[in-house]
Amino acid sequence: MIKVENLSRSYGSVKALDSVSFTASVGQITAFLGPNGAGKTTAFKILSGYLAQDSGSVFIGGMDASLHPLQCRAMTGYLPENNPLYEDMEVCEFLVWGGAARGLCGQALASALDRVVQTCGLAPAAGKPIGALSKGFRQRVGIANALIHSPKILLLDEPSSGLDPNQAAELRGLIRNLSHETAVLLSTHILSEAQALCDKVVLINRGVIAVQGTPQELARAKAPVLIAVFEQEAPASVQEAIAGLEGVSAVERDREAEDIVLRIYCVQGADLRGEVFALAARSGWPLLELKRERDWLEAMFRELTA
Amino acid sequence: MNSGFRKLRVFGALCSKELAHYFYSPAAYLVAAGFLLVSGYLFSVPFFLLNQASVRGFFEGAPLLMTFVVPAVTMRLFAEEFKSGTAELLLTLPVPEWQILLAKTGAAFCVVCAMLCPTVVYPVTVAFLGNIDGGAVLCSYAGLALLGLMLSCIGVFASACARNQITAFITGFLLCFAFFMAGKAVPFLSGLLGNAAAFIGFDAHMDAFARGVADSRDVLYFLSVSALFLYFSLLRLWRRPLG
Repeated sequence: MIKVENLSRSYGSVKALDSVSFTASVGQITAFLGPNGAGKTTAFKILSGYLAQDSGSVFIGGMDASLHPLQCRAMTGYLPENNPLYEDMEVCEFLVWGGAARGLCGQALASALDRVVQTCGLAPAAGKPIGALSKGFRQRVGIANALIHSPKILLLDEPSSGLDPNQAAELRGLIRNLSHETAVLLSTHILSEAQALCDKVVLINRGVIAVQGTPQELARAKAPVLIAVFEQEAPASVQEAIAGLEGVSAVERDREAEDIVLRIYCVQGADLRGEVFALAARSGWPLLELKRERDWLEAMFRELTA
Repeated sequence: MNSGFRKLRVFGALCSKELAHYFYSPAAYLVAAGFLLVSGYLFSVPFFLLNQASVRGFFEGAPLLMTFVVPAVTMRLFAEEFKSGTAELLLTLPVPEWQILLAKTGAAFCVVCAMLCPTVVYPVTVAFLGNIDGGAVLCSYAGLALLGLMLSCIGVFASACARNQITAFITGFLLCFAFFMAGKAVPFLSGLLGNAAAFIGFDAHMDAFARGVADSRDVLYFLSVSALFLYFSLLRLWRRPLG
C-alpha cells in the first residue's frame, strides 16, 4: 500500500533522508524508530504530501504521489507531530470541517462523524472547545480527524507523546483496531510500544535506514543477551567462569546493583541458559534469576544509533 | 457536474471556516470598530466643522485607512497556520493549494466588504440633507471594493511569507503603503518615472472611480495586481515554509 523508493531530502547542506526505501501494507502496523533528528518526521511530511522529496518515489495505493498528489492525499490520514489543532473550534465542528474539506457531505458526513466519535471515544468531549481538552482527548481528536474520510493509510507521528500510561494503553488498543483495515505507519520513541504493537520495524538513523524487518526477524538477527542474577555470597570469579563458557562473547557486571547482576552476551543463535544454570548448580553458586533480555529492541536501538 | 459541486462544497467548507473565525474573533471586531471610528471621523469633519454635506472626505481618506486595516484583517490567515503547525493539516488535505488560497483571500475580502457596508450610512445621510451624485458614490464604492481585493491579496501574500502575525502585518502594511505612496509621489517625479509611479500607485486609478468613471483599465489594474500577488502567494505555498 505504501512503497517508498530511494527517498532523499535535504535542508540546505543537511541531509535529512538519504535513499530511504521501505514498504507498508494494509493490516500491518509499521513502527518508524530513530533518535531525534533521524529523519522520521521529514519522512512523514513527505508521505503526507506536505513536503516534496528531492529525489526518489512514494507510491500510495499504487499511485505515484508526485504525479497524483490529491488522490494520494485522499487515501492518507495524517496526525502530525505535536498534533496541531484549531483550538478555537469545538470538537464536532472541527471534525465536520475536516470531513467537508475532504468532500464528504450530507448523510456520508454524518455517519463518518458518528463513526469517528465512537471509534475514538470522543462522545464526552464532542461539544467542547478543543482548546479546553486534556492531552489525551486532543490526541483522540487528531486521530479522529485523520480517520474521518476512512483512509487506507494512517500516518501517526509520535501519537503517544505526552500521554499517561493509561491513555497510551488505550491509544495502542485503538491503533491495533484500526490496523485491520488500514496500513498504519507510526513513529515513536517508546521502544516497548513498538515492540508490543508493531508488525514491522523500520529503524532510521541520520537519514539512513539502519535496519528493518518484522520483530521476529530482528530478534533472530540480534545476538541474544542473558541476564543472570547471583546472590552476593557468590564468588567474584563467577564472571570469569561464565565468560569461559562456549558461545559467550562477553560478560558485563552491573556494578551499581546490590546482587551480582551479569549481562551475558551470547554468539548469534546460541541459547546458553541451560549451560549457565548447570554451571551455577555444579559450583554451588546461588542463582536467583536467569532470563533472556526482552527489550532487545532497545539494545538494538542503542547499538545502531549510538 | 458532480465533481464541480464537490469542489464548490469543499471551497465553501474552507471559506466558511475562515469567515467563522473572523466573526467569532474579538480582534476582527476591534479592527472593524477602528475602521468605522476613523472613517466616521473622516466623514464628520467636513460635515460638522465645515458644514459641507459631502462624502468626499471619507472617499479620499479611506484608501490610506485601508492600507492599514486590510493587512490587519489578513495577517492571521497563513502566518498563524504556520506558527501553530495547522498548516500541516490544511496543506495535506486533498485540495489544491490554489483553492485554499482563494478560500482564505475570499474570506478576507468578504470581511473587508462587510466593514465597508456600514459606511453606506454616510452617503445616505448626505442624500437626506442635500444633493448627492449617486453614480459617483456607487463607482467610489466599487473602487474601494476593488482596492480592498487588491490589498487583501497583498496582505495574504505577506501572511504566507511570515511565521507570526506581527511580521505579516508590518510586511503587508509596508507593501500596501508602497502602492499608496507611489501614487502620491507622482507630482515629484517626471518623465517615465512619473508615468510608472502613476501606473503602479493606486491613487490615479481610484481618482477615476471617485469621479464616477469605471474605466476598464483601472479595473484591470486592480485585478492584475491582485492576480500577481495571489500567484506570489501560491509560489510561497508550493515552497511549503516549515513551521
